[in-house]
Amino acid sequence: MSVPDRSLALMTPDTTRTAERSSVRSLMRLWPYVRPVRVRLFTAAFVAILASCLGLVIPLILKWIVDGPVARKDTDGVWLGGALLLAVGLTEALLFGLRRWLVARPLAGVEASMRAALYGRLQRLPVSFHDRWPSGQLLSRGTTDLQLLRMFLAFPLTFLLVNGTTVLVGCVILLLQEWTLGLVLLAPVLPLVLLCSVFEVRYALAARGAQDQLGDLTTVTEEAVLGVRVIKGFGRNRSQARAFRALSERLLHTELRKARLLAGIWALIMTLPEVAIGAALVLGTLQVADGGLSAGTLVAFLSTALALRWPVESIGFLLAMSNEAATATDRFFDVMDEPVPADVPRGDQDADVARLGKDAGGADVPRPGKGPGGGGRPRGEAESGLCFEGVVFRYPDAPPDAAPTLDGVNLRIRSGETMALVGATGSGKTTLTALVPRLHEVTEGHIVLDGTDVGALPRAELRERVAVAFEEPTLFSATVRENVLMGTAKSEAEDRAAADGAADGPADGPTDGLLERALRVAQADGFVGALPRGAETEVGEQGLSLSGGQRQRLALARAVVGRPRFLVLDDPLSALDVHTEAAVEAALREVLATTTALIVAHRPSTVLLADRVALLSGGKVTAVGTHHELLHSNAEYAELMAGADDPDSTGAVNGTDGTDSTGAMNGTDSTGGTDTPEGTGATDGTDGTGRTDEGTGHTGGSGRHAEGSTA
Amino acid sequence: MTATVPGKASPEQGDPGENRPAQGTAPETRGDPGEDRPGGDPFDRDVLPSPPGASRRLLGSLLRPYRRGVAVAASLLVLQQAAVQAGPLLVAYSIDRALPALRKDDYGPLIAVAVGYLVCAVASGWLQHAFTNAAARVNQRVLKALRERIYRQAQALSVDFHDRYTSGRLISRATTDVESLRELLDEGLQELLAVVLSVIYILITLIWLDIGLGGAALLSFVPLGLLVRNFQRRSIRVYRNKSTAIASVIVKFAETMNGIRPVQSFRRERANEEAFDRLNGHHLRVNGDSILEMARYVILSRTVANVAVAGIVVWGAYRVASDGLALGVLAAAALYLRRLYDPIDRLGMFLNSYQSAAASLEKIAGLLAQVPSVPEPGTPVQLPPRRPGMPGREVVFEGVNFAYRTGGEVLPRFDLALPAGQTVAVVGATGAGKSTLAKLLARFYDPTSGRVLLDGTDLRELATAELRRGVVMVTQEAFLFSGTVAENIAIGRPDATREEVEHAAKAIGAHDFIAALPDGYDTDVRKRGGRISAGQRQLVSFARALLADPSVLILDEATSSLDIPGERAVQRAMDTVLHGRTAVVIAHRLSTVEIADRVLVMADGHIVEDGRPRDLIAGTGRFAGLHRAWRDSLA
Repeated sequence: MSVPDRSLALMTPDTTRTAERSSVRSLMRLWPYVRPVRVRLFTAAFVAILASCLGLVIPLILKWIVDGPVARKDTDGVWLGGALLLAVGLTEALLFGLRRWLVARPLAGVEASMRAALYGRLQRLPVSFHDRWPSGQLLSRGTTDLQLLRMFLAFPLTFLLVNGTTVLVGCVILLLQEWTLGLVLLAPVLPLVLLCSVFEVRYALAARGAQDQLGDLTTVTEEAVLGVRVIKGFGRNRSQARAFRALSERLLHTELRKARLLAGIWALIMTLPEVAIGAALVLGTLQVADGGLSAGTLVAFLSTALALRWPVESIGFLLAMSNEAATATDRFFDVMDEPVPADVPRGDQDADVARLGKDAGGADVPRPGKGPGGGGRPRGEAESGLCFEGVVFRYPDAPPDAAPTLDGVNLRIRSGETMALVGATGSGKTTLTALVPRLHEVTEGHIVLDGTDVGALPRAELRERVAVAFEEPTLFSATVRENVLMGTAKSEAEDRAAADGAADGPADGPTDGLLERALRVAQADGFVGALPRGAETEVGEQGLSLSGGQRQRLALARAVVGRPRFLVLDDPLSALDVHTEAAVEAALREVLATTTALIVAHRPSTVLLADRVALLSGGKVTAVGTHHELLHSNAEYAELMAGADDPDSTGAVNGTDGTDSTGAMNGTDSTGGTDTPEGTGATDGTDGTGRTDEGTGHTGGSGRHAEGSTA
Repeated sequence: MTATVPGKASPEQGDPGENRPAQGTAPETRGDPGEDRPGGDPFDRDVLPSPPGASRRLLGSLLRPYRRGVAVAASLLVLQQAAVQAGPLLVAYSIDRALPALRKDDYGPLIAVAVGYLVCAVASGWLQHAFTNAAARVNQRVLKALRERIYRQAQALSVDFHDRYTSGRLISRATTDVESLRELLDEGLQELLAVVLSVIYILITLIWLDIGLGGAALLSFVPLGLLVRNFQRRSIRVYRNKSTAIASVIVKFAETMNGIRPVQSFRRERANEEAFDRLNGHHLRVNGDSILEMARYVILSRTVANVAVAGIVVWGAYRVASDGLALGVLAAAALYLRRLYDPIDRLGMFLNSYQSAAASLEKIAGLLAQVPSVPEPGTPVQLPPRRPGMPGREVVFEGVNFAYRTGGEVLPRFDLALPAGQTVAVVGATGAGKSTLAKLLARFYDPTSGRVLLDGTDLRELATAELRRGVVMVTQEAFLFSGTVAENIAIGRPDATREEVEHAAKAIGAHDFIAALPDGYDTDVRKRGGRISAGQRQLVSFARALLADPSVLILDEATSSLDIPGERAVQRAMDTVLHGRTAVVIAHRLSTVEIADRVLVMADGHIVEDGRPRDLIAGTGRFAGLHRAWRDSLA
């Protein structure tokens, strides 16, 4: 797999390019992907040229037969001619086959490597890119466009060359045999080339339009399938179908315009050479009558001209295919040109892409020397925990005059502390949580983990330290086990080992312990056990569909399974019923006791998981304190948590006055005792906190592994 | 084989042909990497069962509306090929007739040749032009009709179907499978017709020129025919593998892009790349196989063709030499033979696109053959007019039970009446049957037996439009479609004015955040509302419901992501804007229950408690326990 180098990315800084961009230049950009197979590709082209020229020899043999043995009534000579014809024919067949054999696997490889490159790129492009690009558009780039490109490399690219050469060689043969007739035949070539180039420009536009419209149609189809419950719930089948029809109508018109352009060029390509051949026939017959030309030459001449017809005719559709391929290339590079933000913005930028792979593997290795100003060194005990320092965030595509989503957030979560984040709908809570694992990059300010600026940490390492559960729990097409264990750093290898072991009954690997514990914390062990194949049941898009609450619990299990140093939970209990919620909260408290956590909360029950609460309002943290402090001191908070307009619920909250955070902790202890094997929670707690107090995240990491192996 | 490989290939790896007794071939496609899914459910497969011949009937029904266009295109092609194939005949005529005439100073035949050639050249060009346009008109309309049919079918099929046939597969039916049919129609079919026509014309002309040469050419089609059949048989398997392989690639691709947030946060990039490389590599191999299959065909067919050319030409030359044949005939025959065998390679290309189109068509036909389990009524009836001052309607479940088609009873037989205007809360653990009850009322499902009545009318007798004026369901997944916020709200009532849309948004407390968006109500929500929080999306979907103004409103966990002020706004709106409507509220939050007139507690598909909230709380039943737990959780 070849990764395009940086110079490619610099070539197209903007996306406002359409007509002035030449197809050739677009197609040239495929070179890095074609390079690895260039030898085979060129050999194949050479073989094809050879085969094609052999085809041109056949008329010459014919001429020899007609003017020689046939004219002399020499039947033995005829047999010789036949043998020659056969030999040339067989060689031609073999060469054609050889060409295909040469390119078959390499070109499939080019397609695959481009797809892999696209996929890898897309995985690393920031979330903001994915917000902008509908997945239907991305998918059509990864499939249809790449297939088109492989077709282009297999046929138009080779055959433009081959047919061009064949036409040239043919012309030489024609001119050598009888230059006047040759000139007559060559007359239409110049106008054809000119017309084709005009056509090329117009067709490219139409092709690009059609491809984009098809992408839009795919998006609508995708949405109609994904949102089918909404459409049905409101009986909007008809209006959605209208929208779909409008788009498919538009596509139809574009396709018909493409066809009209194609029809026009086809007509010319058919007519002009035919007229020239007709003229040559008439002139040639006159010359034969004059005795200036042998009959055999005329036959060979016409035979050659006819043999050249396909190469000439094909130029039209080869150019059309090339244009579509150029369009597909542009679309492919629309994505590939999108810069992957530097992994370590303040460090050296050159190595970051290459290093991505290494980071995922060796994430535990501390990274010394991240530059003196980079904040790579620990800032000491005082700064352990999670700090937001003047964090400003503005979505990259937001209008410049709009207020930033986050406008100077300052918040300090002490090591081991759980902080709830409360704010009105749309206040930026989810955005703030996305900044911690750098799904988005802060516009200004710093987020500091245990004294290290997140911007100075390679993403892989950062994301290993910080586990996230999203508002929308997404499961992947894999088993429950794989879905949960993807939260651990080493899930891949151990997972496979464990899965192999699982064949002979319940395995006892370290991952099993982790999995069990995580499922228990999320109160998912019950329903997972009831699935047809337990934790080995396939879920997600390709598997069993689970309810929202079940998915949410698995997502929670995924977040806690790796015992991360930092936990970011976005409203993790919203889809749970009351009983389950209470049980999950009890188990979760045990986990929270040993981690530094930020929890987006919408209701008091979730807030009470936290030691303190921060209120996010107007892009800033406007208040920090315990739930009860804020209930009394902050009107906005009171409204959010109790609905200030409702006297009943204020009453309900008043009833909670007696409880405080110690009360909550007591609750944990009792529940924890019933649920978990004795002492694990407590031991882990002291262990984890003790280590983190020393102030480095790495120790926390190794501590986790130690725990994992003892559990 | 039960080992589980992480990120393993999808069930699409299963042999799609397995379900079809008619085909009965190729169990060897099994054993692809990671094939292990216990079979049985047809929904796990790509190809849904369809009656034999369904693909052909589908193609027929697609083409039927355009039979005139097909006829026009076909006749244009017949004429065009005639014009094209006239060339060598004119050559023969010049050599055998015009040449001797010229020697007698008779220019007549040569002028005829000149005129004839010019006419043929112009005609073939013009006819090609006309044919390309005519064919495109038919092809593109057929494709459009097919896309729309798949779309409509996807919409017509019940939620039950969508729960089981994954969206990825459905989308690949509508995209890649249609695309392969496009290739067939755009490139393959006209290619095939042109090839077949030219072969017929040339053979007839050759036989007419000389029965011996023509007969020999005809004979050469015996081995060629066998070759084509053999290729077809071999490539069917390769093509099926190929389309299955690309489908798994697509599924993995789409899943990653749709879940990019968790992918990145859990550092799945490498693991995904490995899994993707496996799928991609598998596709690479079968893709290469299919190209090589083609190469094999090209070598063999070329060899046969070139041997035939050499043989026929030698025989012809021998006869000319021995004065048995005119030179012009030999010349024409040589020219024709070249043309006769030239398109044989292209025939292979056609067969390729035919194979993949046939496989795709079969999958599409299987999808289209699915009968919606919630069909539109044949003779829809109207609901009785709402009584003045009573915007709600009465709901009655009459002897209803529900079981999935694959078996497994979810709701045993029960009766339930909800008077007009009542707000009913349904509570119970996950899997108790709450959502099924709601889906029966929304007619997402039809009951296995019994009836669901709305003001005395069976839901099954209501047309969709009428049904949705009566019953609207807001689900937990507040899906936003691409388009503006206003358009998304207007899904509730497409003819609503901007004032009405804004009014609905204000009533639910969504106006402020919408107004704060970059373009206010005209902000594009882009990819499934990436920039709009889950809570905000739920508010938008509530605004839809307000705008729809139904008689019966079902909220299935529709407030789960709302904060408390949001929840209060919803409750307020139900009390004001939706006052008097019948409402069924499924919620985990018992705060919602407090506004209910009545609570149903469900467990294992049964309604185990039914009463006013106050009475139930005071009692000792499950709800009382649940409520206590909730109170405690607030503390």
